[in-house]
Amino acid sequence: MTVRDALPPAHGAPGPSAAPTPAPLAGGVVPPATTARLFLAADPTFAAHRAVYGPMPGIEHPNALVDEVRLSGLDGRGGAGFSVWRKLAAVLASTARTNTAHNNSGGMRTKRPIVVGNGSEGEPLSRKDETLMRRAPHLVIDGLLACAAVVGATEATLYVSTEGANAMRTALAERADGARIAVVVAPDGFVTGEATAVANALEHGVSVPRDHVVHLSESGVRGRPTLVQNVETLAQLALIARFGAAWFRSIGTEDEPGTRVVTVSGAVDAPQVIEVAGGTPVQTIIAACMNAADGADPADKADPADDADAAAGALSSVRAVLIGGYHGGWVPSGDLAVPLSRAALEPYGAHPGAGVLFVLGTGGCGLETSANIAAYLAGQSARQCGVCVNGLPAMADVLSRLAARHRDARLPAEIVRLAELVTGRGSCSHPDGTARFVLSSLTAFQTDVRAHLEGRCEVYG
Amino acid sequence: MAARRFESTGSTGTLLHIDWTRCDGRGLCTELLGDQLDRDEWGYPLARVDSGSLEARDRSNVPIPADQQDAAADAVALCPVQALRLVPRP
Amino acid sequence: MDAALWAIGRGTGVVGLVALTLAVLLGIVTRSGRPLPGLPRFAITLVHRNLSLVACVFVLIHVVALFFDSFAQLTLLDFVVPFFGSFLPFWQGLGTVAVDLLIAVTVTALLRNRLGLRAFRLVHWLTYALWPIALAHAIGNGTDGTSPWFLWLAGISTLAVVAALSWRVSARFVEFRSVRTGETS
Repeated sequence: MTVRDALPPAHGAPGPSAAPTPAPLAGGVVPPATTARLFLAADPTFAAHRAVYGPMPGIEHPNALVDEVRLSGLDGRGGAGFSVWRKLAAVLASTARTNTAHNNSGGMRTKRPIVVGNGSEGEPLSRKDETLMRRAPHLVIDGLLACAAVVGATEATLYVSTEGANAMRTALAERADGARIAVVVAPDGFVTGEATAVANALEHGVSVPRDHVVHLSESGVRGRPTLVQNVETLAQLALIARFGAAWFRSIGTEDEPGTRVVTVSGAVDAPQVIEVAGGTPVQTIIAACMNAADGADPADKADPADDADAAAGALSSVRAVLIGGYHGGWVPSGDLAVPLSRAALEPYGAHPGAGVLFVLGTGGCGLETSANIAAYLAGQSARQCGVCVNGLPAMADVLSRLAARHRDARLPAEIVRLAELVTGRGSCSHPDGTARFVLSSLTAFQTDVRAHLEGRCEVYG
Repeated sequence: MAARRFESTGSTGTLLHIDWTRCDGRGLCTELLGDQLDRDEWGYPLARVDSGSLEARDRSNVPIPADQQDAAADAVALCPVQALRLVPRP
Repeated sequence: MDAALWAIGRGTGVVGLVALTLAVLLGIVTRSGRPLPGLPRFAITLVHRNLSLVACVFVLIHVVALFFDSFAQLTLLDFVVPFFGSFLPFWQGLGTVAVDLLIAVTVTALLRNRLGLRAFRLVHWLTYALWPIALAHAIGNGTDGTSPWFLWLAGISTLAVVAALSWRVSARFVEFRSVRTGETS
């Protein structure tokens, strides 16, 4: 199921809209005009980065950049999709609040905020953060330092996978301001990248989620206001700081502005990490990963109708697409015209999330695949919360009985009951996400559910 | 009983926050706050919420009506694993 | 006067031991997470706590009464430092050890919500040493320590505590199996 070694270089893909030709900025730098925005540098060096993107503008007015990010509509790319400017503003506000309180209570040491770039990528189907750190590490660094400047932090931390750490350390060594960034290697595991687990890791060296009654922006690492942003979010922010919100929104849709880096894996000819415009139809992205689409570079096609035709042919081997990763939801093959947007995917229990698209081919049973994923997720519990420890294996077990074609008509209702029982009852969203995924498998494969209850399978017979 | 029902729909009061990383489902809170907390099949407290979508249910922060504040404070003090605390309702 | 103090000392010692025994038994029931007939879980916790405090009061009276008793010849040092007594120093020293442990267990229990669970739990485990030491002190030092009625009482208490302990270490002790094993911070 993993595609670690099969990834060709990332590249830009078709988008529904093309940007107007932008005017060159100082130093002859031209803002990227197509969906290929993040991977333009010829190599990961600082020189190549500077040649393409130019220098990072200084942050003189923190609020001005927060405002620009607000206008851009950038959302977090780690999975939760939280508004980036709101997080920045919240950390700014709570830093100001704590420091005022401290000064009033007799001039104690001020509490400087903590800024963390999160590239731990615990999602097994995602490779986009690793790819980004290997191909465009300096955009991540630019974005991280910009966030630090905005909230008034003097240092920052990169909490990244082993692969990412190597790339980031090399990049940091190339630049003078790199010394202000520490690199912490995240352990493997599905929940180790959850924001409170990141705070826990930096504070106690234990990468498990922790209980919280206030947001990290208020009280995170050692009680300090803490900003945790995904590495792709940081790279996008570095481009917004350079080229502005209007440029960012010139690609993508009103609701899903800008580009998004997605990882396509599963039953496609060419599993890959690919940068796409926000709101791109799922079928267009999948088609770009099929050999049938090889003839012409998909980026050259201007007419969306051509796209749809090509997609229809390439998608005949697709049974469903899992969108948003293991905490996402299945979209059945008949609905793949759905755009990669939060609003459009919501009815499927899916979300753009960390940009994971896993393709299930027509030769695979959706319920069997889902049961395997549910079992994996149950095993990835940090084993801290009793409801998760008990409820997830129970839910996975019932789903596996359904997948194994047990003729017990009560199974679907029992899955729904367990999913509702675990939701909202953990210290992180692992039970909620797992429940959502399991419920989506019942919906997307509902005809197969009926077949399984009669002892048959739509795929295996 | 009617008065209690009326008050429990008010916006006053606090939230009982459950720290799931500590909770062992020992069941003292579900005895003291029977109207607010049920017990699931593994013994863990289960907020009695009868409305709202599944996603909107925050069953880690249980609304405590004004007339149950004392019982909630007892639950916090008596929890054998210190998994409870009262937080102001936002 | 001495006779009265002596009687008070003897009586409170025996009652304190009985209260302590019941507190230990209820403490084990509390840990099981199970209710008793007519006694819900929170009530067991409260009765456990109150019985423990009652035991402390009786032990305090026991110690103070015997301090003013001329025959026992206790010094202030004997309250905290064991084995320096003039009469049966070993058995009386066990009493001092038991008092020290009782102070530690009681203070940490009262401060439980401030100390944190780990410190509380570690110190609370000392109860399993406190109880047999207190019993040994009663048998070895007590005026009635070897009289048949007291030995009967001691025997029954021991049986009850041993039975509760073997239930405590059995696999079916807790109401729900606890499988949380995650590292917490």
